[in-house]
Amino acid sequence: MIPAPFAYARPTTVDEALQAIAEGGEDVKVLAGGQSLIPVMRLRLAAPETVVDLGRVAELRGVREEDDAIVVGAMTTHADVLADPLIRQYAPLVAEATATVADRQVRHRGTFGGALVHADPAGDLPAVALALDAEFVIVGPGGRRTVGASEFFVDYLTTAVQEGELLVEVRLPKLAGSWGMHYEKFNRVAQAWSIVAVAAAVRREDGRIAEARIGLTNMGPTPLRARQVEEALAGAEATADAVAAASQHAAVGTDPSSDLNAQADYRQHLATVLTRRAVSTAAGL
Amino acid sequence: MTAVEERTGTTPGPEKEIGKARRRKEDARLITGKTTWTDNMVLPGMLHLAVVRSPVAHARITHVDVSAVREAPGVIAVFTGSDLAEEQGSLPCAWPVTPEMVNPGHPSIAVDQVNHVGEAVAVIVARSKTAAQDAVELADIDYEPLPVVLDMEEAVADGADLVHDHLESNTSYHFVFDAGEMGTGSDTDQAFADADVVVSRRLIQQRLIPAFMEPRSVVVQPQGDNYTMWSATQIPHILRVMAAMVTGIPEHKLRVVAPDVGGGFGGKLQVNPEEILCLLIARRLGKPVKWTETRSESLMTAHHGRDQIQYVDIAADREGNLKGLRVRLLADMGAYLRLITPGVPALGAFMYPGIYKFPAYRFECDGVFTNKVPTDAYRGAGRPEATFAIERIMDELAVELGMDPLELRRKNWINADEFPFTTVAGLAYDSGDYETATQQALELLGYDELRAEQQRRRESGDRVQLGIGISTFTEMCGLAPSRVLGSLSFGAGGWEHAAIRMLPTGKVEVVTGSTPHGQGHETAWSQLVADSLGVPFEDVEVLHGDTAISSRGLDTYGSRSLVVGGSAVVKAADKVIAKARKIAAHLLEASEDDLDFEAGKFSVRGTPGTGLGIQEIALAIFAAHNYPEGIEPSIDAEATFDPENFSFPHGTHLCAMEVDTETGFVKIRKYACVDDVGTIVNPLIVEGQVHGGLAQGIAQALYEEAVYDADGNLTTGTFVDYLVPSANDLPHFDTGNTVHSAPGNPIGAKGVGEAGCIASTPAVVNAALDAVRHLGVTDIRMPLTPERVWRAIHRGGDGGDRATAGSNAYGGAQTETTAGVSTDASSLGGDR
Ligand SMILES: Cc1cc2nc3c(=O)[nH]c(=O)nc-3n(C[C@H](O)[C@H](O)[C@H](O)COP(=O)(O)OP(=O)(O)OC[C@H]3O[C@@H](n4cnc5c(N)ncnc54)[C@H](O)[C@@H]3O)c2cc1C
Repeated sequence: MIPAPFAYARPTTVDEALQAIAEGGEDVKVLAGGQSLIPVMRLRLAAPETVVDLGRVAELRGVREEDDAIVVGAMTTHADVLADPLIRQYAPLVAEATATVADRQVRHRGTFGGALVHADPAGDLPAVALALDAEFVIVGPGGRRTVGASEFFVDYLTTAVQEGELLVEVRLPKLAGSWGMHYEKFNRVAQAWSIVAVAAAVRREDGRIAEARIGLTNMGPTPLRARQVEEALAGAEATADAVAAASQHAAVGTDPSSDLNAQADYRQHLATVLTRRAVSTAAGL
Repeated sequence: MTAVEERTGTTPGPEKEIGKARRRKEDARLITGKTTWTDNMVLPGMLHLAVVRSPVAHARITHVDVSAVREAPGVIAVFTGSDLAEEQGSLPCAWPVTPEMVNPGHPSIAVDQVNHVGEAVAVIVARSKTAAQDAVELADIDYEPLPVVLDMEEAVADGADLVHDHLESNTSYHFVFDAGEMGTGSDTDQAFADADVVVSRRLIQQRLIPAFMEPRSVVVQPQGDNYTMWSATQIPHILRVMAAMVTGIPEHKLRVVAPDVGGGFGGKLQVNPEEILCLLIARRLGKPVKWTETRSESLMTAHHGRDQIQYVDIAADREGNLKGLRVRLLADMGAYLRLITPGVPALGAFMYPGIYKFPAYRFECDGVFTNKVPTDAYRGAGRPEATFAIERIMDELAVELGMDPLELRRKNWINADEFPFTTVAGLAYDSGDYETATQQALELLGYDELRAEQQRRRESGDRVQLGIGISTFTEMCGLAPSRVLGSLSFGAGGWEHAAIRMLPTGKVEVVTGSTPHGQGHETAWSQLVADSLGVPFEDVEVLHGDTAISSRGLDTYGSRSLVVGGSAVVKAADKVIAKARKIAAHLLEASEDDLDFEAGKFSVRGTPGTGLGIQEIALAIFAAHNYPEGIEPSIDAEATFDPENFSFPHGTHLCAMEVDTETGFVKIRKYACVDDVGTIVNPLIVEGQVHGGLAQGIAQALYEEAVYDADGNLTTGTFVDYLVPSANDLPHFDTGNTVHSAPGNPIGAKGVGEAGCIASTPAVVNAALDAVRHLGVTDIRMPLTPERVWRAIHRGGDGGDRATAGSNAYGGAQTETTAGVSTDASSLGGDR
């Protein structure tokens, strides 16, 4: 439980950070809240040559409003996300999911950006970002680019953030209309990762479900959208039966792992049950 | 009326300490860390050890090259198995349960073969802990794999692969207790042949990890030919004797100190390989050394607990009168026999009959070797397993008979007027009243209302079903009677020692041989002494854990400390008073017989106003200017207490459980228990012990399991996968007590340390089964993961095996890489 030796840089601006990464040698790791990186370093599953600590880069922290989006700095901690009025107003789903992340200590250190770049299949925020069609702002030696959520999550623990690049902020579009949201997490003990979880955002119009967006946590190497359920719900009556029928499709196209907590078939079963519960709650049923 | 009340008479004195819910005087320093944990020790010139561990479960070591380690920065020395083979001896096993028991020997460091993942294969000594750890990856060790033996039922089959190929089989011993043969019961086979109803079950006690909070840590300082060892151990006294025998360091040249120790739960009732290695290496180098384990090492290599397959048969007539009990166990020893590995299941042997009047009983147990870390004591050691089996099978029998499970129990349990009662296992249960405890527990739970709700939920086919589980338990504890332990072939006695030193200022030092590791001995012992000697609670200091200060003792385990160690303290206090009485008589110019001792003061009967406090006598005898002829000028005293019987706490634990039949998620709705632990010295400590015990017992039922994959890797190697519940995951506990003083010790106390852990597990599992039995479920294997519960409901069976892969959190990091840095993985990207 002692990490291998590494060099350490603590920049104060994004430019300095990019420079430190560029100069850090072969294997550079960016340190955000350290809640995922430090354990794997201590277990010696990662042994970076240089660690670039973003803890002092003030410009990466905080939540602001920008036209039709709210913008969350990558280094905004889970605790700050939870306390933020803009998040509460425009993206309650993010707050709800963040509240289920680990415990107070971890939420005090862990960051919104770190959780997304780490892209742990069992992590709670990737599916939420996917359901909300978040956009990811990435900077690197080549400049700045914006990537949609559907392109951001590439594979197991892999995102569109390339070597030498940084995630700087995440744009959450303000949703127009009357949306209900709910994050339904299934785990065995309170501070644990999701065995399966479902993020649902539902827009209701005249007693019907006009639109539903559903993100699945831990149903494959990356977060997934339950597209078949979304299609079945679009325009459906806002009734328990309609939601239950649509939710039967939740596991279509998923590829969950089998591990101590659950084998794949059970995860697929859970996905249908949790989708029904998430959508029902989001739709106010 | 308890023995204690009798001793101190009936005149109203100052408020009694016994019975007061005092906050623990040791807690402030323990909680704030203002103490010296072993790993805090820093000695001049101290070197640090890191252990290179086997990454494979079973293999011959074909090649060892540590030359690169030797060259690494900061490294002073490296020792391999062959370097230490001559002097390391074997780790001791103090409990040869049968004369024929096969003990393959337990090297502290593997020499030519490794038998479980995590076994030490080399030890690196360096100037810093980090330097030692960084060098681990440089050790180059080749292994030639041997077949891995993991499954006990396969291991005992004919032609099975062998863990130790120089042995004839994987069976270490076959232990039998037969009540018919012992004369404590009738013939078991006959009882079963004659019975109307026989119910048989195969129950599984999963492997658990003690998971104490403070990792193990050892410091050894050589000084000439003397050695001082500090260790985060439960058993400094036993460790001293054993380490002396293993290493050949004469016992009087070895001092062992257990400073404050952060929990053990039996997991530190051990002579650890690393303790011996530290001694051997300190002796070689003549320098102080320290080893502190990582959490990964702790989970992987500190001994585990439980791990039994139980084949249980129960016989009864149609009316529910019990006729016989037959238990066969396969008990997983792991790869080696540690201190009391074989004894744990044997200790349980006497508890399977529980609180019931069985006429016939037979117990058989095979201790089986596998390629896993050894099992040994874990909170309850043998008794939780037994209680689980009997309380589970009682429910199964009730179902078979169509009887209410409580009625079946009531019909067969020992009645209050039958104590003391000698059971079919030959134990003399001391005192209790199962009916009263049960009545109280039912009220605490709100049993009738919950039963009505259960009925409603069943009828409406509610998605969430409700069940109520019962566990009416007893246990034998206060590990003690030395003669009884001897008759069980245990390597030591069970007495305990205490000394009381009266300081000139009247302050009192109490030396206890019962070394605490978090239980609150300092507070409870102070309360005992304050009442006995009539001195203020604050004037008492309790010393422990250092063999140079507390020279005699047998330490803390088996809920023995208060019952045995506390009793020794009370006996020593009695002797102090007796010695002081002579001096008081002399100074007060009265006859000893005319002196009353009350609230710390001797006074002459019938002469108000006269009097001499025991604290004043302490000063007088320190000066020793004026004392009677023919006695020594001291009122200090010691006592050794060896009770004649165990104590038998009992209680009724009730669990109401909600089961989400759609997901399999179980949630405790309400938990109520009423425990009888005899006289309660400190209600707050008792409540704390019950709560902690419940947490661990519930954890066995619902959360914890040490899982090995097919290659013998521990996949629950971090707390991500070895699931220990937090306060968040546990319900409020409604607790209560009945008090039937224990006749076997002067305090009247029964042990409480293990009760909650022993009682709760079957209550929880019975509750879950009760919730879903109408859906056709007859068993669910522990821990009751949501997946298992769901499978049992929807697919039948007991929920089956779990997948053995660790979960994917931390990139699937199951444990620290045993071989050091794995640079391939260091990118931690999608290529993993
Ligand atoms: C006990 C425990 C329980 C947890 N439970 C949960 C849970 O229930 N649900 C859940 O979702 N999470 C859980 N987590 C993880 C937690 O959410 C972490 O905060 C998160 O996974 C990583 O965030 P971090 O800021 O700590 O990132 P770090 O650990 O610092 O970094 C993680 C990875 O992202 C990279 N990175 C970080 N920031 C950037 C950036 N701006 N640009 C480029 N790369 C970057 C790092 O290089 C590293 O590879 C838990 C953690 C712990 C310790």
